[in-house]
Amino acid sequence: MGSKRPAFSNLMKEIEKGKFVLTGELEPEKVTGLEEILTSARAMKPYVVAANVTDNPLAMAYMNSLVPSYVVQREVGLETVYQMVVRDRNRLALVSDVLAASYLGIKNILAISGDHTVLGDNKGANSVYDLDSAQFVYLLHKMIDEGTDLEGLEIHGDVNINVGIAGNPNANPLEPEILKIGRKAPLGTDFIQTQTVFDIDITKEFLKETEKYNCPVLIGIFPLKSYGIADFFDKYIPGVSVPKDLLASMKKCKEEPDKERRKELYDEVNIEFFSPFIKEIRKTTKAAGIHVMAVLYERILDPLLKETL
Amino acid sequence: MIITKSKPFEEIQAMTEPFSKIFIVGCGTCSTSCQTGGEPQVEEMAEKLGSKVIGTAMVEEPCDRRIDRKDLKPHKENLDKADAVLVMSCGVGVQTVGDFTGKIVLPASDTLFIGETERIGKFYDRCSACGECILHETGGICPISRCAKSILNGPCGGQVKGMCEVGDYEFDCAWVQIFDRLKEQDRLDLFMKFRPPRDHRKKVLTKQHIF
Repeated sequence: MGSKRPAFSNLMKEIEKGKFVLTGELEPEKVTGLEEILTSARAMKPYVVAANVTDNPLAMAYMNSLVPSYVVQREVGLETVYQMVVRDRNRLALVSDVLAASYLGIKNILAISGDHTVLGDNKGANSVYDLDSAQFVYLLHKMIDEGTDLEGLEIHGDVNINVGIAGNPNANPLEPEILKIGRKAPLGTDFIQTQTVFDIDITKEFLKETEKYNCPVLIGIFPLKSYGIADFFDKYIPGVSVPKDLLASMKKCKEEPDKERRKELYDEVNIEFFSPFIKEIRKTTKAAGIHVMAVLYERILDPLLKETL
Repeated sequence: MIITKSKPFEEIQAMTEPFSKIFIVGCGTCSTSCQTGGEPQVEEMAEKLGSKVIGTAMVEEPCDRRIDRKDLKPHKENLDKADAVLVMSCGVGVQTVGDFTGKIVLPASDTLFIGETERIGKFYDRCSACGECILHETGGICPISRCAKSILNGPCGGQVKGMCEVGDYEFDCAWVQIFDRLKEQDRLDLFMKFRPPRDHRKKVLTKQHIF
């Protein structure tokens, strides 16, 4: 494993057992209720060991991710991966939130940079970046493994949390991305979850290049619920492009006038694309699992994962 | 060099509107090079603002009180009469002229950055005066001024083909540039080095430098 710390979370315990793990994704939006998140969490619970809860993705000002991370664990019994971006918090706020997360029984944190505020829905906001994601991993190491903050000040009580980082197999050039992971992994990384990939060769190359860091990797996939989402993803997510054939198949589905039939067609296209993709990863690579970002598209999990695993 | 950009004339007009006697000060150094406060710009501004301008002066370095004293001395009479001084320099020049004259000062420019000049009209942000230079470790490329997130352990996930997510992929990713430069110099060990969090006190507590 990347770090020598114990497996505190079910996610890490399963990985250490050598199981091929699946994680899901939940996205709290600009809401004051959690009904939708809880419904999604219940729907994905049978398939995943844990669910990431996104933190102001694409720099959109959404509900704080700690609350749903906690409530999903309490109400649904599904472990969460509390995503934390360093864009919106200085080192004081990071420590505060990690302490609070610890109290609330959060067992996984995904430490990430976060898209810049100029990409978000409050474009004039100041981005914090007091720490970068590597320095945040270092802070987490201090808190978890040494029981102090960055200044060496003692924390009263244990922080029993496993730490994940993000990796981008699509990065071009790839070498600085790989070296960056090599720089970050020894600081105290337990697992890596990747940005969405659609290309098996790119996935394999990334896994091969990161193998030396001894950090379990969960490959990110993003089943596409509709052509609109596929098109948005292709255009606006940094570094990710949807394969032309897949995009064309999705566009064809969009033309189906019957809503129910259209849904079926979308599902078929996704299963046809992702099912062999997942099988290939599972059979031919050392990936620890798959991170399925099927946000509000939980109905795909059963047909997709049943057939695959 | 301190890189400045002229404010839109409408903004300057609105700023000067409450005053009937304006004195204009130009900058003979950086703002001359940026063509925001050199002699031709001062003349043009005087012409545009018309009869309310009661005098103009070029100061070699308006950011230096000693030079303000020397270069503004011959203009004392007009300066004394002025309701406000329009300073065509960076923010430092504006403040120094304000400190020196005690007059109401108005900025004619927006100060952009400490920049590198490729040619007149092509200036690049190169230094944020962070108080803790690490250029010896980053191949002579500054991640503080050139990375949109100012991170010390990049690149982040926002680079595509070496271009930054901030600014529609029109700007280079500083960390890919650092990688390329260090690789070329066979110094990737420096790229791999983890840089701990910055001590921001070095910037925050450096409000003056006296020796």
